[in-house]
Amino acid sequence: MHEIYQLASGILVWVALIVFVGGTAGRLIRMAITARKKDAVIYQYFSFYYALRSILHWIIPFGSMSMRARPAMTLVAFIFHICLIITPIFLAAHVILIAESWGIGWAYLPNAVADIMTILVILGCLFFLLRRIVQRDVRYLSTPGDFVLLLVVAAPFVTGIWTYHQWSGFEIAGIVHMLSGELMLICLPFTRLFHMALFPFTRGYAGSEAGGVRRARDW
Amino acid sequence: MKTSEDFQAAAEEKRIYDAGIEEGAKKLTPEKIRSVFNELMQTEGGARLEAYTKACVHCGLCSDACHHYLSNDRDPRFSPAGKVKQTIIEIVSRKGKVDADFMKRACEIAFTECNLCRRCMIYCPFGIDVAYLMLFVRRACHQLGVVPQYIQDTAHSHAATYNQMWVRDDEWIDTLQWQEDEARDEIPDLRIPIEKEGADIFYSVIGPEPKFRAQLIYQMAVIMHAAGVDWTMPASQGWDNSDMCMYTGDSEMTARLKKIHFEAALRLKTKRIVMGECGHAFRSVYDVGNRLLGWKMPPLQMIHAISFYSEIIEQGRLKIAEKFDRPVTFHDPCNIVRGRGLHETARYVINQVCTTFIELEPNREHNYCCGAGGGVINCGPPFKNKRVQSNRVKADQLAAAKKKGAEVVIAPCHNCHGGLEDIIRHYELGLELKFLGDILYECIQKE
Ligand code: HEM
Ligand code: SF4
Ligand code: SF4
Repeated sequence: MHEIYQLASGILVWVALIVFVGGTAGRLIRMAITARKKDAVIYQYFSFYYALRSILHWIIPFGSMSMRARPAMTLVAFIFHICLIITPIFLAAHVILIAESWGIGWAYLPNAVADIMTILVILGCLFFLLRRIVQRDVRYLSTPGDFVLLLVVAAPFVTGIWTYHQWSGFEIAGIVHMLSGELMLICLPFTRLFHMALFPFTRGYAGSEAGGVRRARDW
Repeated sequence: MKTSEDFQAAAEEKRIYDAGIEEGAKKLTPEKIRSVFNELMQTEGGARLEAYTKACVHCGLCSDACHHYLSNDRDPRFSPAGKVKQTIIEIVSRKGKVDADFMKRACEIAFTECNLCRRCMIYCPFGIDVAYLMLFVRRACHQLGVVPQYIQDTAHSHAATYNQMWVRDDEWIDTLQWQEDEARDEIPDLRIPIEKEGADIFYSVIGPEPKFRAQLIYQMAVIMHAAGVDWTMPASQGWDNSDMCMYTGDSEMTARLKKIHFEAALRLKTKRIVMGECGHAFRSVYDVGNRLLGWKMPPLQMIHAISFYSEIIEQGRLKIAEKFDRPVTFHDPCNIVRGRGLHETARYVINQVCTTFIELEPNREHNYCCGAGGGVINCGPPFKNKRVQSNRVKADQLAAAKKKGAEVVIAPCHNCHGGLEDIIRHYELGLELKFLGDILYECIQKE
């Protein structure tokens, strides 16, 4: 038990961070090189202005027709994504741990707010899960991996709030929390979660072609 | 609600026989598929393919963008990402180890269940270009020799004659002179200048114009004459700006076609190209062919007929004698709206020439595809019923405009015309269909 705790809170944190950063950078660099060889158009037509124009329309809630057409999905997706990214970075417990080990720190969220945001992430996962089961086209598109991934994403949040509130079995939950958090980081560059890193590029390229060549809006 | 089994059964029932697909598939072996596909992946399967297949979060936000999906009772297999799942994802993940039956189905999906209209691209948060992926599948089909027969025939015509309709060189010149003759009954000093070196404008059309719709050349000649334009058309190959090879995945042939088209305009030392009212031809010259030939932008200015009309109206060279007074609506063609942003230009022309304009909903970049583009109508009679059924949503959209009073639909694109004509007839919409040039011809001051 203690050994696993040591492992999860020590070396595995580093492994996860290195795999996450290295894997993401490595894959992006490899794709950039492939694009040079086989997709010359991307570099030729890429326009920062139009890329940014498109990206902005798609990261502002309800900025696109597609989002306006599905208000519930848009609302949940935005809340989910914001909470998913913000909570772990600005969680008091994480900030303090990092300050203690590395001597750097930053502002953190009040615990009650972090609790709510964690619950929102979990509810978001449930919403996505429900959607994958209920909505026929999404069900058809879903692969087994999609469900596993939802579990991987939900796990650190469920176990995190569990540990924080010291509900029964929280010692084990704490270990699962660390392990699943690390697993999620490790999965990021190699699974569909990689959409995070690809978004600025695919959207930016679409925006460049739409704006610079096709002179049309793509939102 | 229908279950997937119902859809499966319905699909089996509807299996369409196409000689090009069936006979082509008979010659396939698993080894051949694998080696052709792996070679294609090596040479052309790059970062876009990887990003589009990997970024997709299977969220289904693209589904409602596709008229095939909406019109087929939301059968998920018609959703854009669903078509990707059934074709390229499967081939890539199996590293090309698929059989002939799989390729037949992939071919039918890529050629007849996607119009490459790119509407889904502006509904996907990631801007995933499903049309690019379907074209990738078509490219594989082309290299494997499994292509629907009718569109392959037009591709053969392109290869043999440099035009889409097996029009011979003498027939082409004959047609121009015939139309000139006819028009001179109406306007005695009208000319269709052939091979005029140094003319301001090189006018090019698609193969079906001389073949089936020669009156469009007549009308354009009248418009050119009325506006006092210095124009010409070539006497030899390069007059046809259309391009079905772009849609069969035959990139090599597309490059040759676009090259001879540009070269004809350059040979005649014309200042710029005006293209007739066609969308796919415009895409092939403006967006595809130039890239295949290594030009970032076309080597000389080229504009679509809509821009040309707008220009001569704005400059006061074309006078409207009497406005068209029946209520019109406008179908935004994918290839010149999502493909070139000409929606406002078209509306300017319409408002100059027509008294009453009623918008389709949705419109502009968000208009639904006609269901014919992307080479789908060119796959011919075997797929006609399927095509018309797969665009019920277009019929509903048109019917709504009719309810608001529209009597005439303007579609400045040949493919859209073909598609809408079938839809209007099949769904008994009782709407009249026109090119913008038809209306201009009717309304302008001719002398
Ligand atoms: C910055 C980091 C990001 C992370 C960590 C992240 C993570 C996630 C996770 C965990 C899910 C749900 C899991 C699933 O359904 O399998 C998800 C879903 C989704 N993400 Fe992201 N994402 C990020 C950025 C983005 C961006 C920039 C976009 C683009 C607008 C985006 C669009 C979506 C969409 C549309 C879904 C819904 C998928 C569904 O129905 O399940 N994400 N994301
Ligand atoms: S037909 Fe248009 S909307 Fe449908 S999948 Fe093809 S490109 Fe997308
Ligand atoms: S909207 Fe984009 S990410 Fe979502 S399923 Fe469609 S193609 Fe994939």
